[in-house]
Amino acid sequence: MTELRQRVAHEPDAPPEDKESESEAKLDGETASDSESRAEPAPPPASVDDTPEVLNRALSNLSSRWKNWWVRGILTLAMIAFFFIIIYLGPMVLMIIVMCVQIKCFHEIITIGYNVYHSYDLPWFRTLSWYFLLCVNYFFYGETVTDYFFTLVQREEPLRILSKYHRFISFTLYLTGFCMFVLSLVKKHYRLQFYMFGWTHVTLLIVVTQSHLVIHNLFEGMIWFIVPISCVICNDIMAYMFGFFFGRTPLIKLSPKKTWEGFIGGFFATVVFGLLLSYVMSGYRCFVCPVEYNNDTNSFTVDCEPSDLFRLQEYNIPGVIQSVIGWKTVRMYPFQIHSVALSTFASLIGPFGGFFASGFKRAFKIKDFANTIPGHGGIMDRFDCQYLMATFVNVYIASFIRGPNPSKLIQQFLTLRPDQQLHIFNTLRSHLVDKGMLTAATEDE
Amino acid sequence: MLFYIDDRYGDLDSRTDSDIPEIPPSLDRTPEILKKALSGLSSRWKNWWIRGILTLTMISLFFLIIYMGSFMLMLLVLSIQVKCFHEIITIGYRVYRSYDLPWFRTLSWYFLLCVNYFFYGETVADYFATFVQREEQLQFLIRYHRFISFALYLAGFCMFVLSLVKKHYRLQFYMFAWTHVTLLITVTQSHLVIQNLFEGMIWFLVPISSVICNDITAYLFGFFFGRTPLIKLSPKKTWEGFIGGFFSTVVFGFTAAYVLSKYQYFVCPVEYRSDVNSFVTECEPSELFRLQSYSLPPFLKAVLRRETVSLYPFQIHSIALSTFASLIGPFGGFFASGFKRAFKIKDFANTIPGHGGIMDRFDCQYLMATFVHVYITSFIRGPNPSRVLQQLLVLQPEQQLNIYKTLKTHLTEKGILQPTLKV
Repeated sequence: MTELRQRVAHEPDAPPEDKESESEAKLDGETASDSESRAEPAPPPASVDDTPEVLNRALSNLSSRWKNWWVRGILTLAMIAFFFIIIYLGPMVLMIIVMCVQIKCFHEIITIGYNVYHSYDLPWFRTLSWYFLLCVNYFFYGETVTDYFFTLVQREEPLRILSKYHRFISFTLYLTGFCMFVLSLVKKHYRLQFYMFGWTHVTLLIVVTQSHLVIHNLFEGMIWFIVPISCVICNDIMAYMFGFFFGRTPLIKLSPKKTWEGFIGGFFATVVFGLLLSYVMSGYRCFVCPVEYNNDTNSFTVDCEPSDLFRLQEYNIPGVIQSVIGWKTVRMYPFQIHSVALSTFASLIGPFGGFFASGFKRAFKIKDFANTIPGHGGIMDRFDCQYLMATFVNVYIASFIRGPNPSKLIQQFLTLRPDQQLHIFNTLRSHLVDKGMLTAATEDE
Repeated sequence: MLFYIDDRYGDLDSRTDSDIPEIPPSLDRTPEILKKALSGLSSRWKNWWIRGILTLTMISLFFLIIYMGSFMLMLLVLSIQVKCFHEIITIGYRVYRSYDLPWFRTLSWYFLLCVNYFFYGETVADYFATFVQREEQLQFLIRYHRFISFALYLAGFCMFVLSLVKKHYRLQFYMFAWTHVTLLITVTQSHLVIQNLFEGMIWFLVPISSVICNDITAYLFGFFFGRTPLIKLSPKKTWEGFIGGFFSTVVFGFTAAYVLSKYQYFVCPVEYRSDVNSFVTECEPSELFRLQSYSLPPFLKAVLRRETVSLYPFQIHSIALSTFASLIGPFGGFFASGFKRAFKIKDFANTIPGHGGIMDRFDCQYLMATFVHVYITSFIRGPNPSRVLQQLLVLQPEQQLNIYKTLKTHLTEKGILQPTLKV
């Protein structure tokens, strides 16, 4: 959104307050060459315009401002359509897409680091960055595979060994990278190398952990993946619309184009959207059921008895609303209540992820993370507000929705010693008897 | 000519190391009494004596705290963690001259508090399960622990975003990243150390002593026999010191493991007893800590003229730990040396006269704690039984019933549970 207005500001009738963004825009091309001598008088070349030719031709007769608007709009619709297609294709494709997005975001941020520090020539460093990405992904995917594909893993002997010593193997791989880094330190470039090392690790922390939490959420049920992401997208679009039509009071100095009207309007619109969307989706098993790996068919299945969250229940409307709507009770899915919490987070805290990314771009004098998507910037530009959402959903699910994974517990139980197993079994038994779930009669079944 | 808004920060990034001015050294903190006692010696021997005396002091302090028990050790680990964090953050402030940044010191300490709260909360939930079950408020805190920690962290994150000031964006992002990497290094390590400690004090003592021993013996071997330089990063280290240190550390670890394995105090997992409201280390020592006979391979048989030898199985593990301490531990030291050279500092701080800061002493320990933890979880023990139980009790009743039936079948098959016995 900010980028669009900045491009608009280049026109002759640009208000004077955009001077800073103008000078920033001029400086963009300088970023890659800031330490070299200032002998080059020529202005830096503009970034390559990625807009496909077909769009360029179709929109060639419109003015520059509307052309940008149309490009953005068309790309937005294209991305949303793409999103629907991959949802249709199923969990496996979604996982692959998440992984590709993660790799692209990592690449974008690391490239910015290289540009900032002019460290393309540093020995080994690109190899090391990708190696660390591989290690951390191996660690996380290994943990996920061990949890969710438990039976498959137990069957194959090599997989069993890999999973048993998984932490040790991952640690060894990481250590190798660490030692290679230490051995690659070159005398005059210590500081640069440490900066890139730190940069890589912080990027891994941000990008890789998020993507794995997204996949965990996905396994919980596709609705836990779709509703949060759609809420963030909706909030983005709604806040922009409300700001466009009603915006007056600026929200934060960091993003001068954002307004309080957009913020609050976006909040209410997103909550309503979340309620509607979850109502629609809760009806379908394919969205609501946890993703499971079926050993017999060797594929993912989403078939189950929907849990309590996804069964219609009657709720009494509080007196205040009763008089307004004229109904006594309403039938809702309990999940819709949770969706209010998710939408609230998406509208109130999600934007902080966006402010963080704006601050980052201003700090390093870049306009966009990259130029992958015409009109929008890089992949990271689209996903900056999603940043905190995935973690929140994961923590929310772990705290309020489900307890620990039962099959994982059984797996852990089986690795204990017999006396420990017996002790736990007896404690569980007395607990169940106390609760009345187990009586002496049912004991013998 | 075009300028940056934050020109000085741009220079910070892009200049080569030689252009960066050196940070002036901090004050000398050697106590007066030592100075007077050693005033007669030349400068070189004086430094040697100061280092020696401080080394012995630190080792004695270490023994004293071991004697005082696990709780004191935990407090010590926590203080060291806080001091290391403080040292590294102070270096960041000096490098970036960012003392005046609004909010930043508060935010760094706040993040430290959050991450510690998260980790200690997880530990407390695991190890103090019985204590926790009694108190209602604690139950609530434990159940929603992750959510509360995340909310606390988020509050810090939002405060950071709100505190971004126009001309200092880059600096603020640097300090944010610096803080997070420091937290990643120091706080996770210290909690892995405490997890190792709970496994049994021997898992805490043998690794740390192996690293210290490697430090000292590599130095001595290098001093007397050193000739071939090891790595450009630390020109004083030599191959002779490295290899000599390796062998001595393995022997030391082997011997220390033998001595410590006899005592229940060191060998038993630390448990919290609610009745006495303190930590106890009493148990039936596991198989690792019971003498077993091993038949010697033929070449050793000829040398030692014995058929078998009684060893604790733990001693075999101690060889793995000592090997790691001697071969990979030094990389932590090289990493810290590189870091000091990169930022043109001689020592992390001046806390310990003759040695530098706390971080200088603990740089080789950096990787050791993680290795020991990974080693224990992979090769020694399975998951923590009380944690499994705690998670079982949190499940839905129907799930508990299902698990109960599965377990019952499993245990009956294995013969652990007699089908006719009503326990």
